[in-house]
Amino acid sequence: MLFSLVGYYSLVIGLCSSFFIIFFSVKNFRNYEILDNKILTFVFLQFFLVIVSFFGLILSFVSSDFSNETVFNNSHTTKPLFYKIAGTWGNHEGSLLLWLLVLTLFIFLFLIKSKDQPKRYRILTLLFQQVIIIGFFVFLLKTSNPFNYIFPAPQEGLGLNPILQDPALAIHPPVLYLGYVGSSIIFSSVLAATTLNYISREWATHIKKWILISWIFLTLGILLGSIWAYYELGWGGFWFWDPVENISLMPWLALTTLLHCILVLEKKLILTSWVIILSITTFTLSMCGTFLVRSGILNSVHTFANDPERGLFILTFLFILIFLSLFIFFIFHKPENKNTKSFFWLSKETSILINNWFMMYFLSVVLIGTVYPIFLDVISSQKISVGPPFYHKLIIPFLIPFLLFMAIGPQLKWIKSDLENKKRLLIFFLFSLLLSLFITKNLDKNFLINTILITSAFYLFFITVRDFFLKKFKNIQQNISHFGFSLLILSILFNNIFSSEVITNLKVGESFQSENFLITFTDLDQITKKNYTSFIGNFSIKDSNNTLDVLKPELRIYNQPNIITSEADIKSSLLSDKFITMNTVQNEEYFNVRYQVKPFMVWIWISVLLITLGGLISLLKKKYEK
Amino acid sequence: MYGYKVKLRFFFIILILISTILFVFLILKSLEENVVYFQSPSDIKLLTELENKKIRVGGMVKKNSIKISTETVNFIITDFKNEIDVTYSGVVPNLFSEGKGVVAEGYLKDRNFFVASKILAKHDENYMPPEVKAALEEK
Repeated sequence: MLFSLVGYYSLVIGLCSSFFIIFFSVKNFRNYEILDNKILTFVFLQFFLVIVSFFGLILSFVSSDFSNETVFNNSHTTKPLFYKIAGTWGNHEGSLLLWLLVLTLFIFLFLIKSKDQPKRYRILTLLFQQVIIIGFFVFLLKTSNPFNYIFPAPQEGLGLNPILQDPALAIHPPVLYLGYVGSSIIFSSVLAATTLNYISREWATHIKKWILISWIFLTLGILLGSIWAYYELGWGGFWFWDPVENISLMPWLALTTLLHCILVLEKKLILTSWVIILSITTFTLSMCGTFLVRSGILNSVHTFANDPERGLFILTFLFILIFLSLFIFFIFHKPENKNTKSFFWLSKETSILINNWFMMYFLSVVLIGTVYPIFLDVISSQKISVGPPFYHKLIIPFLIPFLLFMAIGPQLKWIKSDLENKKRLLIFFLFSLLLSLFITKNLDKNFLINTILITSAFYLFFITVRDFFLKKFKNIQQNISHFGFSLLILSILFNNIFSSEVITNLKVGESFQSENFLITFTDLDQITKKNYTSFIGNFSIKDSNNTLDVLKPELRIYNQPNIITSEADIKSSLLSDKFITMNTVQNEEYFNVRYQVKPFMVWIWISVLLITLGGLISLLKKKYEK
Repeated sequence: MYGYKVKLRFFFIILILISTILFVFLILKSLEENVVYFQSPSDIKLLTELENKKIRVGGMVKKNSIKISTETVNFIITDFKNEIDVTYSGVVPNLFSEGKGVVAEGYLKDRNFFVASKILAKHDENYMPPEVKAALEEK
């Protein structure tokens, strides 16, 4: 009760402080040489108030204060403390409050960290960021207030969806939001820099840090969501081309492209239009993601409530922002000097530019696949869905040149490169080709495409390994990330090609003999826990090499809300994962069992971590050099 | 006759034009091939010809219709107007049960028989696939 009141009024005062910030900023922008300390104070105050509000909500959850509507809808007294806290952002209202918290945190950090930048640029960035912040304040208070009051207060809450009660998913939203919302700083900063015509190499060095931070968190956030889907949803895969996944992939693609552009801009002061457009795109896509996920247009675990008013608000807000940014781009942006623009066709710039176009192509494919069904539903009310084959068909063939350019690009020089000394690169290619032929020789399905794909991935793999030793840590961040990417593609390919799976229905005591495995359902145990009852199946699995594994998948019947979830049992090793899930079917004696062997699963996670590590090194390295 | 720069620019315009056309063509073609349409049992009854294309059928699982064996799960999808027999072998989602909404993806054998290759997972008990909702509201 008290916590909710404090939380609510902090939000209202937080919104008011926005107007003070704007007032002082405008005054300061014209009159003084240095940044007024009042502005910094108010920005901190705003951040602090949102923190207070956020803690108000957390404490309402911890104390199970069911007079708060959000708590009532998403919590329960029997829920473990950890999930009471995580439940704060496991719902629409709370997650928007978190979004606002990150917005205010980032602008505060930005002001502290940008002391060496021109005053006008800092103030203008702050103003653009305040436009976004005010938008979210109003959205939160008007359509999704986390502190709505219920009277009389109910005795018990409705509980949190059990599949969200998971450690990976508890930290997935904050991490992903740091990435999403991080792009807001890039957006504001780019608009400010364009308006003031301040896009320069110094600016690139400065904004690169923010791009890296946002990129690192976005990558980790996607990874966490993917790991969660792997073991909790029990589908045994890591990527399903589900609209909700696509929506996080799209800003990632735009952000990755932006990262490469800013590197070129920092060195050569070209591609400024790319940088501006991509910054706008990244933030727009993050906002679109919020809109599509929160409005209930895409149905998924993320859709907390179906409220058209919310969707309409975000959509209007989004259009205003896009209009504003495009207006600024066309009015203020002066195309770069033609003299600096020319570079030879065989150069680092060309290869980066080509791969940028490839990434834009991947982005458009994902965008069309995600948006087209919504579009068709609106205009013709035809219900369709776009499945994985669509994406595979359109993306996989283009991965081949993409990988090759990724391998060759870093070998080239800026501006102009020649073909001499590049014969060694060919030797690596032949070696990769032989190796992949050796691997795929027993494959009868899709032999050609797989061989070429594995060859190009191996090529990138070996080239990056070679650079690692030859160049002596000169460009280690790029090296590690590109190496990670080659490892990712290789693991995905091997995972895809060499996976095997058995699906069957079994009673206790029965066994099933498939081509490679003998699966025996030996036993079923029942355990009662505080907030759920679990049934644990004992399965012994014998494979063709006669190795015996005992796996224990679990079925949990939660009491509040009354939901059945299945917990997969996974045996991971460096070479392969053994994955089993079971389900009941309408209380009959049969259990639906799915057993999968997935090679190189761990390496998919490791390679994404390596890609992120490259970004992290780049971030820290710059700081040391300064 | 023309300068090097003009030629270069001309070359680029052609290149961009070709890749745009290729891009649009590729996308439209794969959309056409890989899109899965959603139909209710009543829609299927009205079909004049059966195409050998993957579709989704949605509705309610009829009461007392689930039959399970080692190999398959058989059940009936109904929209309370028409119904269709479904046979399925594969993973059954947690919340698949009689009297609840379901979406099955697969191929039609005839107007009364559907071979499913996937049953879509739902995320909580209150959730109903939007297609099912629409199909049930139509009647």
